[in-house]
Amino acid sequence: MNAIFILQIAIPLLVLVAVAMPVGVFLSHLAAETPTRADRIFGPVERPLLWLCGLSREGRQMTWKTYSLALLSTNLLMAVLIYVILVAQGVLPLNPLKLGGLPPALAFNTAVSFTTNTDWQAYAGETTLSYFSQMAAITFLMFTSAATGLAAAFAFMRGLSGRTEVGNYYLDVIRILVRIFLPLAFIGALFLCWQGVPQTLSPSLHVLGPQGATQSIPVGPVASLVSIKHLGTNGGGYFGQNSAHPFENPTPLTNVVEFLLMGLIPVALVFAFGRVIGNKRQARVIFWAMAVMFLGFLILVTWAESAGNPLLARVGLDQVASGLQAGGNMVGKEVRFGIAQSALFVTGTTAFTTGSVDCMHDSLTALGGLVPLAEMMLNCVFGGKGVGFMNFMLYGILAVFLTGLMVGRTPEIFNKKIEKPEIVLASIAILIHPLIILVPSAISAVEPFGLASIANPAFHGLSEILYAFTSGAANNGSAFAGLAANTPWYNLGIGIVMLLGRYLSILALLAIAGSLAAKKKVPEGPGTLRTDTALFGTIWVGVILIVGALTFFPVVALGPVAEQLAMIAGKAF
Amino acid sequence: MKASDDSRSLTGPLRKTPSDTPRAERRHTPKVDVSGLYRRAVVDSFKKLDPRLLVRNPVMFVVALGTFLTLLLVFKPDLFGPSHVGPRYNAIIAAILFATVLFANFAEAVAEGRGKAQADSLRRTRSDTLARRQVAVGKYEEVSSTKLRKGDIVHVDQGELIPGDGEVVAGVASVDESAITGESAPVLKEPGTDTASSVIAGTRVVSDWLDVRVTANPGETFLDRMIALVEGAARQKTPNEIALTVLLAVLTLIFLMVTVTLEPFAIYSGSPVDVATLIALLVCLIPTTIGGLLSAIGIAGMDRVAQFNVIAMSGKAVEAAGDVDTLILDKTGTITLGNRLAAEFIPVGGHTQDELSQIAMQSSWQDSTPEGRSIVQLATRLGCSPSPAWDQGTGVEFSAQTRMSGIDMPDGTRVRKGAADSIKRYVAEQGGSIPDDLDGAVRTVAGKGGTPLAVCRGTEISGVVYLKDTIKAGMRERFAQMRSIGIRTVMCTGDNPLTAAVIAAEAGVDDFVAEATPEDKIRLIRSEQAKGKLVAMTGDGTNDAPALAQADVGLAMNSGTPAAKEAANMVDLDSDPSKLIDVVSIGKQLLITRGALTTFSIANDVAKYFAIIPAIFVAGVPELRALNIMRLHSPQSAVVSALIFNAIIIPALIPLALKGVKFRPLTADQMLLRNVVIYGLGGIIVPFIAIKAIDLLVSLAM
Amino acid sequence: MSSEFLPALKLTLVTFALCGLAYPLVTTGVAQILFPQQANGSLIAGAPGRPPLGSKLIGQQFQGPRWFHGRPSAVHYDARSSGASNLGPTNQLLVEHVASRAARVWADNPTWGHKPIPADYLTSSGSGLDPDISIAAARLQAPRVARARHLSEVAVDKLIAQKTTGRGLGLFGEPRVNVLALNLALTSLQGR
Repeated sequence: MNAIFILQIAIPLLVLVAVAMPVGVFLSHLAAETPTRADRIFGPVERPLLWLCGLSREGRQMTWKTYSLALLSTNLLMAVLIYVILVAQGVLPLNPLKLGGLPPALAFNTAVSFTTNTDWQAYAGETTLSYFSQMAAITFLMFTSAATGLAAAFAFMRGLSGRTEVGNYYLDVIRILVRIFLPLAFIGALFLCWQGVPQTLSPSLHVLGPQGATQSIPVGPVASLVSIKHLGTNGGGYFGQNSAHPFENPTPLTNVVEFLLMGLIPVALVFAFGRVIGNKRQARVIFWAMAVMFLGFLILVTWAESAGNPLLARVGLDQVASGLQAGGNMVGKEVRFGIAQSALFVTGTTAFTTGSVDCMHDSLTALGGLVPLAEMMLNCVFGGKGVGFMNFMLYGILAVFLTGLMVGRTPEIFNKKIEKPEIVLASIAILIHPLIILVPSAISAVEPFGLASIANPAFHGLSEILYAFTSGAANNGSAFAGLAANTPWYNLGIGIVMLLGRYLSILALLAIAGSLAAKKKVPEGPGTLRTDTALFGTIWVGVILIVGALTFFPVVALGPVAEQLAMIAGKAF
Repeated sequence: MKASDDSRSLTGPLRKTPSDTPRAERRHTPKVDVSGLYRRAVVDSFKKLDPRLLVRNPVMFVVALGTFLTLLLVFKPDLFGPSHVGPRYNAIIAAILFATVLFANFAEAVAEGRGKAQADSLRRTRSDTLARRQVAVGKYEEVSSTKLRKGDIVHVDQGELIPGDGEVVAGVASVDESAITGESAPVLKEPGTDTASSVIAGTRVVSDWLDVRVTANPGETFLDRMIALVEGAARQKTPNEIALTVLLAVLTLIFLMVTVTLEPFAIYSGSPVDVATLIALLVCLIPTTIGGLLSAIGIAGMDRVAQFNVIAMSGKAVEAAGDVDTLILDKTGTITLGNRLAAEFIPVGGHTQDELSQIAMQSSWQDSTPEGRSIVQLATRLGCSPSPAWDQGTGVEFSAQTRMSGIDMPDGTRVRKGAADSIKRYVAEQGGSIPDDLDGAVRTVAGKGGTPLAVCRGTEISGVVYLKDTIKAGMRERFAQMRSIGIRTVMCTGDNPLTAAVIAAEAGVDDFVAEATPEDKIRLIRSEQAKGKLVAMTGDGTNDAPALAQADVGLAMNSGTPAAKEAANMVDLDSDPSKLIDVVSIGKQLLITRGALTTFSIANDVAKYFAIIPAIFVAGVPELRALNIMRLHSPQSAVVSALIFNAIIIPALIPLALKGVKFRPLTADQMLLRNVVIYGLGGIIVPFIAIKAIDLLVSLAM
Repeated sequence: MSSEFLPALKLTLVTFALCGLAYPLVTTGVAQILFPQQANGSLIAGAPGRPPLGSKLIGQQFQGPRWFHGRPSAVHYDARSSGASNLGPTNQLLVEHVASRAARVWADNPTWGHKPIPADYLTSSGSGLDPDISIAAARLQAPRVARARHLSEVAVDKLIAQKTTGRGLGLFGEPRVNVLALNLALTSLQGR
């Protein structure tokens, strides 16, 4: 592993943090609703939109309940709108390939998937969706689902900072769109287009190769979608092969930029949080706790993929990296990305719950495949638009409750006592995640309708099932794509899992924030358990890893772990 | 109104001040017979197998259900489908599971045992007594004590038991309260004072007689409540305990989900797991250690409080004590020894030392407070002799309004001593003049941390008595400890600000309120609470009752009035206010012990996984043999060893649960680090070693 | 839910128009003006009046000894539907695929002998449309192509070097050879 290998991973990480810090400041103003200079720039754009939505410039303040209601109502309406568009696609404009409407189960799955920011795709975009659907359905929901998650995180932060009125959902969404997502997505789209990502409404290209082979190449409004796909940690590809497709991710530079786009808001959110609650030390501790986990996973997948597959080495494959080839496990990977850029993307896409892929996760080595799986099981290593951050806080509450008792006081987080109501709510959120992963996976592992979709035999088949529901539960959307997921069972099952995974945890966490906000602030003193120390950061990570490990260890042992051990032993199935 | 501590210390009635004796000697628990404790606990642990009792503890209820299912499998191994294991294996699992339930029951029974024994001995004193109820003035009828109602007046003679809680309305008597407080020296009871007029049912009049107005109906007396409390009958789960129970239930649910879904995954992998093994895995994973010990920890915490001779009205109060941010303590009797003793006479206005000594002695001649007597003693030492005429004088008791006491002579001479400003006002009202050097003398005394008492005869102020306060041994260290764990101590005193500041500095309290009135105390409590702080205070007078009720933790002195005791959520039978600090420590210990055992319990799961997962899949998924890092002997011995460890860790930790994790005066961070290393890391490592050791033994036996 | 129905509906419609219609259309307009070549698929123009030769970003299927071959493709470079094999690491099928491809490569490129073959050259890519191969995979094929086209190996190696794209900014990604570009360079070399 030479210097370039390490640098091409390290530099994007450093750039990410460097950019995220000022963006965090910007986000904190939005979250704390403090007036800034940005108001003057964006005000004129926002005003007509607010007027159209019937909102005043301040917006009526909402309790966490009203806020949740507004969030749910809007999401429901959007999902319904998109469901209708997808089913009626055949009669709608901008459909050069004359694609028909989607069957109801697939339309349901897709509408839910993109509304929940999961972007699980049981279809291949280029053969299923018209340009109009890619724009009006997919790109639209990529903006609003990301804005919804971020708005929820803002409301959560406001609650933690002691406000019982947590803002106005509609106002938040408009501001987030106008001030963050639209400008950044636009710039990102132009950069991607410059590097080679198509952005056109013309129909497919037809080419005649030098050897006389014809090729029909679909294009479309790709750059505008790919840009927000990453910025909004959505992950749903324009093409079936997502960011492995050369038109979505043509160069290593686009790969780095896509990585930066997806990491930007999740990392910035941590810094914003420190400012909102007025404790930057806290933000640093959270950042480092997440960063340590991120680095751990990154190193694991990098190592596993670089080591390659001994089964293939035996039949004549040279997996040793050199100046002439990237080496390693190249199954399902693109030459331009090699191991380093692929490993970076794998770690990022599941840490930031984006779910776009620049290499096929199904073809990762077993241990390499465990990394995205584990990150989604924990669902809090930075996380996507807000939800991962909120989950991290959930583990924080758990960590404070377990270890806080050991300092001899009623546990507190951010100067608020954690008592029965918070523990009950946290319990719901903690319980729901394994429930919606393990139960449907278990059913799929024994029932014919589940088993029929498996593409790879033995341990890997179990990993495929597990990955599908974990991806849905974590609202990630990446897949072990071998699994034939476009069946009624998986479409409906994963659809429901996505809904529960998204809204139950958002509701539970907003309720926690509301409940904490209503409590009296406990003054800090030497007897207070500090959550902004390296010690507590370590405990925080420890609790996350142990709770995650305890919940998923058996099934992970039967899937990726057993497969890795088999692979090392030279066993194929 | 003035602060109660001054009223008591200046001219209050004669009373025992247990605070004078060293702490260690005062921890006397009412004699409890603990000889049959363990035998009784064994019997009780079987009685507690009643499903109606078990269901209250979700974790142990799951274990009990598991035991039942495994028991069925002993007789019909293929009850839930084909099985690879024989009845012998199922029987071993069932037996260990049963033992796990019993161990948990045993822990609870042992914890309850001491309280029950204490309750029994208390109950013996409650036996019906005959009471003489007043029907008209001077006319009494004999009724059973159970017939007494609030407001009845009863007459109690020497040698008789007091039939109900009440207030002395007539008579003076010494009462033996040892049955309740364990304190052997009798206590003087007389009517009309805040602190010495309340009597407790079941105590015995050892001299003279009393007329008592009953203040509690039968069944509601202090004794009744105390029995219920120590017995644990009225035990309700505390808020933290409830939250923890919820969390444990959720963990149990998660692990139930993990084990139930494991079977389909195992079937997929071609390696179905036997139901008994799945149940064993489930029981190993759910937090049985803390689940089995949780109630024992709570009961033992209450019991530790009781051993300090403090009766807590609820576990909630003890737990709240652990959260306290601010302690409000009276100076007198808590921080300083109750008695301030005259140390010096400082004459002013041209009077001589002898004149002042003489006048001071006269002013205190009929004053029976320790302060008064110390003035007489000091004057005697300085060569004064009393005049017989003083015996003809009428003693003037201290009152909160005048803040003076003294003597009225038959010839009309009035001699007074009291707070300097009161005396000044008193003299000025009568047209007298204030000597110029008075303020200087007062300041000198105050500057030394003493209490200055001005003395006057007629309209002439003759000097100042320097009453010296003595800070109790060890208080400074205790306050330093409190500060290090983040508890602020505030001293309340009726002293002037100067004196208060000196004492406060000397004692090392964080803050003080001088010239405090009961209203000041309430205001202080409210302002602290407004900042989100939890406040604890002690008190005994009726005028303390509102503050005691306002405080989050109120510790009333047993010597205090019924009103104060009613308002407080703890009563100290020894009437030692500094015990509040001990109660805080116990409250913290309670929480620490729960947290430590929860952490330990969950950390244990890591090793158990490494024992069980490779074992149960060894046939179908041989690859996982690599995870058997403990190199356990066989799959069956691995499961059994993990389960045995899971069971015996409960009794092994009973002593810790009962004694509590030692509370150390460390900051939160230091304490966290220490406990996380011991119970978190320790919890991960210990089971690896223990399960390996058990496996070695099991493999020999199997 | 009724109290929030109207505001929610208004927000849905406004954001739909803003993000679902205005944003992609405006982006398309601007991209078409600024980067017309890239925005329309990075096409390589063919002879006048002929269709384009291909997109330089999309790999094509090449067969026979005269051409440099790209990586195996799960979709045979049919760009209408991208796709990968999605074979797991312990799938016997994966091992068999790689083994049979290795046998073919060894047979087609006798000069390579029986040495292990570069990882990318025997494994199918993620997109199924990977336009690139590693330098090692190109060098492996050079003697075969040179012999078939009667070129010197040196000339072919020189072409490979010319058509090698370095790492992005000298740092990111891997050095690679665009198969279509290399093959086009071959034809133009011989055309001259």
